[in-house]
Amino acid sequence: MAIMTVIEAVREAMREEMRRDASVFVMGEDVGRRGGVFLATQGFIDEFGEERVIDTPLAEAGIAGVAVGAAMAGMRPIAEIQFGDFVFPAFNQIVGEAGRIRYGTNGTVNAPLVVRMPYGGHVRGGLFHSQSPEAYFAHTPGLKVVTPATPYDAKGLLKAAIRANDPVVFLEHKRTYRAVRGEVPDGDYVVPIGVADVKRPGDAATIVTYGLTLHYSLRAAEVLAADGVEVEVVDLRTVSPIDRETVLKSVRKTNRALVVHEDNISLGVGAEVTALIAEHAFDSLDAPVMRLAGPDIPAMPFAPTLEAAYMPTADKIEAALRRLLEY
Amino acid sequence: MSWCAGVSFAIGSGAAGMEIREPHAAEVGAVSANTTDARGLSPAASVEFHPRFVGCAGILAWCPALEPSGWGADNASTMTQNMPKLPNGLNAEDLVDIYANMVLIRTLDERIWAMNRQGKAAIVASSQGHEAAQLASVWALRHHARDYFCFTYYRDLAVTVSQGMTPTEALLGFLAKEGEPMSGARQFPQHGAMRDRKVINISNVVATHIPQAVGWALAAKMRGEETVVAAYMGDGATSQGEVHEAMNFASVMKLPVVFIVENNRYAISVPQHRQMNVMEVSLRAIGYGMPGVTADGTDVVASYAACAEAVERAARGDGPSLVELNVERYLPHTSDDDDSVYRNKVEIEEARKRDPLAKLRELLAGAGLMTDERDAELLESARREVDAATDAAEAAPFPPDDDVMERVFEEMR
Repeated sequence: MAIMTVIEAVREAMREEMRRDASVFVMGEDVGRRGGVFLATQGFIDEFGEERVIDTPLAEAGIAGVAVGAAMAGMRPIAEIQFGDFVFPAFNQIVGEAGRIRYGTNGTVNAPLVVRMPYGGHVRGGLFHSQSPEAYFAHTPGLKVVTPATPYDAKGLLKAAIRANDPVVFLEHKRTYRAVRGEVPDGDYVVPIGVADVKRPGDAATIVTYGLTLHYSLRAAEVLAADGVEVEVVDLRTVSPIDRETVLKSVRKTNRALVVHEDNISLGVGAEVTALIAEHAFDSLDAPVMRLAGPDIPAMPFAPTLEAAYMPTADKIEAALRRLLEY
Repeated sequence: MSWCAGVSFAIGSGAAGMEIREPHAAEVGAVSANTTDARGLSPAASVEFHPRFVGCAGILAWCPALEPSGWGADNASTMTQNMPKLPNGLNAEDLVDIYANMVLIRTLDERIWAMNRQGKAAIVASSQGHEAAQLASVWALRHHARDYFCFTYYRDLAVTVSQGMTPTEALLGFLAKEGEPMSGARQFPQHGAMRDRKVINISNVVATHIPQAVGWALAAKMRGEETVVAAYMGDGATSQGEVHEAMNFASVMKLPVVFIVENNRYAISVPQHRQMNVMEVSLRAIGYGMPGVTADGTDVVASYAACAEAVERAARGDGPSLVELNVERYLPHTSDDDDSVYRNKVEIEEARKRDPLAKLRELLAGAGLMTDERDAELLESARREVDAATDAAEAAPFPPDDDVMERVFEEMR
């Protein structure tokens, strides 16, 4: 059992999968000699060579489209989009194409690619290095959208994504890359896509969250635990498909739910989770489902004051929990 | 007629095969600084590609030029008195075979259009006028690549049928019936995949398949497979950014791709000069450091020669090429389009004079390989086959409604 950061876990997952399966390769901007701007592929070019560690032209649509084609041909490309904010030129290939290939060929062709991207803010990234684009992808049947928050989950889920026979959008919160450390077992393991995880058990209320706000939620839960209130924290880990059973089971136990995410609040993952609970666990609720998420503004601003105003932090989560518990 | 008269090289003179195009401002700039005429090269010309300085819009740029090599080799076994010299790999029997395919595909295409007018086929993008370019490219792939794969677009009926889609299967698609091979009638006709017949066409979004074709070629190269990928598109598609990204990527990575532009000079209603400020799409190749060639896409022999050269280059591992085949679109963009508001009748009548069927029939007749009787037999045979296919497709059921939720992901939901 090793202690590692999220970025180290991501790197380990890819390295092990590339050693295991010759059809796995990485492609993207600066992934070669530079090892990626976040060093996710550091050292790969020396071990695997430039044929399998491909520095592409600076062209996101091309990166995604070429990866889609290679995947249809039976390879397992891992396409790195340098920042989630830069994925929109590739949106057509991911959402428009990859997500429809199995359905549109009546199941005769699939596209087993992984599109990895650092996402999220609270890193002074401003409008174009802070975005959380998961809802756009999660709305697309045919794509799986994975959002690990811990080193253990990042490694196990990335391995599952690489082995999946369907396209996976793999979102790595860039603030967790080096800030979050955790135990990762030695050797091979897989965390299944589409399975949420109860990161902290409790009975007073449920927080449903994912990504960086998992860690802020755990902090808030700790604060309440000091008051003798145990809050259950459910980490979705995969935002599409959502693990309905784990979410509903927790809410039926605690009777109160707070949904937390960093992406702006409207029409996103939180809206779906809230609707899910309202539709299927209404009789269990002692309070309306509450949401705490980023505000409906174009993206997280650059100035520290504005960024702090945007971000759902542990303090804000604690306050929201108290409102929920007092209802 | 001379087979080579229809071939012009983007890097060389740009005049041949362009006779009915309206000139515009870029024409002057399309004249080469190096006036070597491709037609002046001997059949024994080197198979290597030579760098040339070429002029484009007043800018000198370096670009490897696509040159003919080995054309005119004596295909003695089938050579007849009036047959022009054929490019390497193409025999008289191929031309007869291609002609029979053309007759069948034209008959099928006409039937599909008629069935649209009868309210039976919901949407049709006709291939009429594109057949020579499509069939010649397929034959070039078969003869000059160890293996190949086709990324087609919506107007490529001659590619799909020559690759094994039966007329019945095609009509199942146009009628959206069960058993349609490419998408199970989930998609517009001619969309989806026939992997076993080397055809993929995922999307209606124009040009999205071009980077995918490049990705397929990348996969083939990584696995050491000797596959040449043909990426078919129209002239309008080349305005898309993804085509630029794909061509650049393929050239940088030296991937085995042949970009085949079926230039009918219209992106639905918008003429070529409103799409681009160059006379020849193949000039775009200069910007990617790959060869570009323009040929008469209504002429099977000229189209074959251009494609064969590009296929061979890809197969050798020398990288991609851009082959522009100038074709005609005899019908509106699709059955939902009305071309009378943007094309005049004279233009279409002129285009009919370049009918690829008539041209190939004339060539074969001149060589003593086609008689009126044989031609009538081919047409009758095609009609019978298309009639039977029509009956079979009309009798087929639609897909069952419970199929709607299937095959979204690998696992059932």
